[in-house]
Amino acid sequence: MRKILLGLFAAMTTVLMVWGFHLAVNAPAEMMQGDAYRIIFYHVPSAMVAFLFFAVSMAGSIGYLAYREKNPTRALAWDGWAVAGAEVGVVFCTVVLVTGPLWGYRAWGIWWAWDARLTTTLLLWLIYVSYLLLRRFAGGSQMRTSSAVLGIFGGIAVPIVYISNRIPGQHPGPVFGGDSSSGMAPEILRPFLGNILAWLCWGLVVLILRHRLELKQQAAAARDAEQALNA
Amino acid sequence: MTSALWTHLVKDLRIEWRSREAINSMLFFALLVVVLFSLSFDPRGAFSRDISGGVLCVATMFASVSALNQAWAREIRHQVLDAQRMAPTSGSQMFMAKVLANFFFVSMVQLLLAPVFLVFYNLHILGNAWLLALVLPLGTWALVANGTFFAALSINSRNRELLLPLILFPIFMPALMAMVNATTGIFTGAFDPAVWIKLLAGYDIIYTTVSIMLFDTILRAE
Repeated sequence: MRKILLGLFAAMTTVLMVWGFHLAVNAPAEMMQGDAYRIIFYHVPSAMVAFLFFAVSMAGSIGYLAYREKNPTRALAWDGWAVAGAEVGVVFCTVVLVTGPLWGYRAWGIWWAWDARLTTTLLLWLIYVSYLLLRRFAGGSQMRTSSAVLGIFGGIAVPIVYISNRIPGQHPGPVFGGDSSSGMAPEILRPFLGNILAWLCWGLVVLILRHRLELKQQAAAARDAEQALNA
Repeated sequence: MTSALWTHLVKDLRIEWRSREAINSMLFFALLVVVLFSLSFDPRGAFSRDISGGVLCVATMFASVSALNQAWAREIRHQVLDAQRMAPTSGSQMFMAKVLANFFFVSMVQLLLAPVFLVFYNLHILGNAWLLALVLPLGTWALVANGTFFAALSINSRNRELLLPLILFPIFMPALMAMVNATTGIFTGAFDPAVWIKLLAGYDIIYTTVSIMLFDTILRAE
């Protein structure tokens, strides 16, 4: 049943992605930037999804620590969310860090500026890569606890990054809820929201698949351990 | 200050007083970093003021990693750490004692390094020099509190000496950024370092609190 639901969701996501792409390509060109602005349909949704999944990872870490002693099976499921959120979040954050300079070179004439927003997003990416490294390096039963603790430390950095997003710098200011010049024309807003939805669904599909994979790996590891004990 | 914390602190200080391993190795390492940077960047005049804040912070950061690794490696020998786990005191007291001891060691290194630094980089401080007495301890605290915590976290992993900088540096970077900007502001007098000092203080409060709360979890991780 779950498999069928996931398959349906994946099919719906594919349709959404095609629709989002269609909207993004056919949206009218922007007044100042021409076609270069279209990166906003990929760059901004990816950033949103990355931040959301880092939050999922932090929630997974907290859940793991909370259930570690009371309910080990449930704790392992939370740990699965922690690793899935971090891994998929890093992928989306990589997309942000790659698409950003593409636009920056066109709009600013330089690939990278050490502006507060860029720097903090890069820092966030580094923190979660170090989280994934810790999971590789630290072996044994303590790995999950240690990485859950690091996941919480990393999650605390996310609001710091968010606050620095509102410090004025070279990066475009907040498009929504900023000053009076912020906001979007409706004919651009619709494709933008459509793409956010499409990329969010796509991210969720990958996240759920990664979580299922992690649960299977945990089960396989438990089976191997049991076989080694009985041999 | 409770007695368990005090006992741990006195013990750590006494061990260091007898061996002087941490301070000597850190001091020499930091000196090497300062010399390496001055060889590679040829610091003179205004340029030296621009980069010296960063060099000082990075030198301290690299140097402290060796001492932080040592701090817990000592406890592993003869299963001391296992005994500590069974002791009926909370782990956070042992953690705070180690943070205080390491804070003292790193601050000593900075004090001893300061004259060398002023000579090599021909520094004339243009801002409020006394603010350094606020920025350096705050930055050092951020480094040492997180470093002691992550050293304990990586103690049971393979390649723990390698792992510590890999997980410590990314988390420490916001504090490093604040520390470098604040010291550069003080050295050059070009801008007000107040906002960076506030950021650093906030970082210290948040991460020290979280470290104290989670230390028992990683100490008794098995």
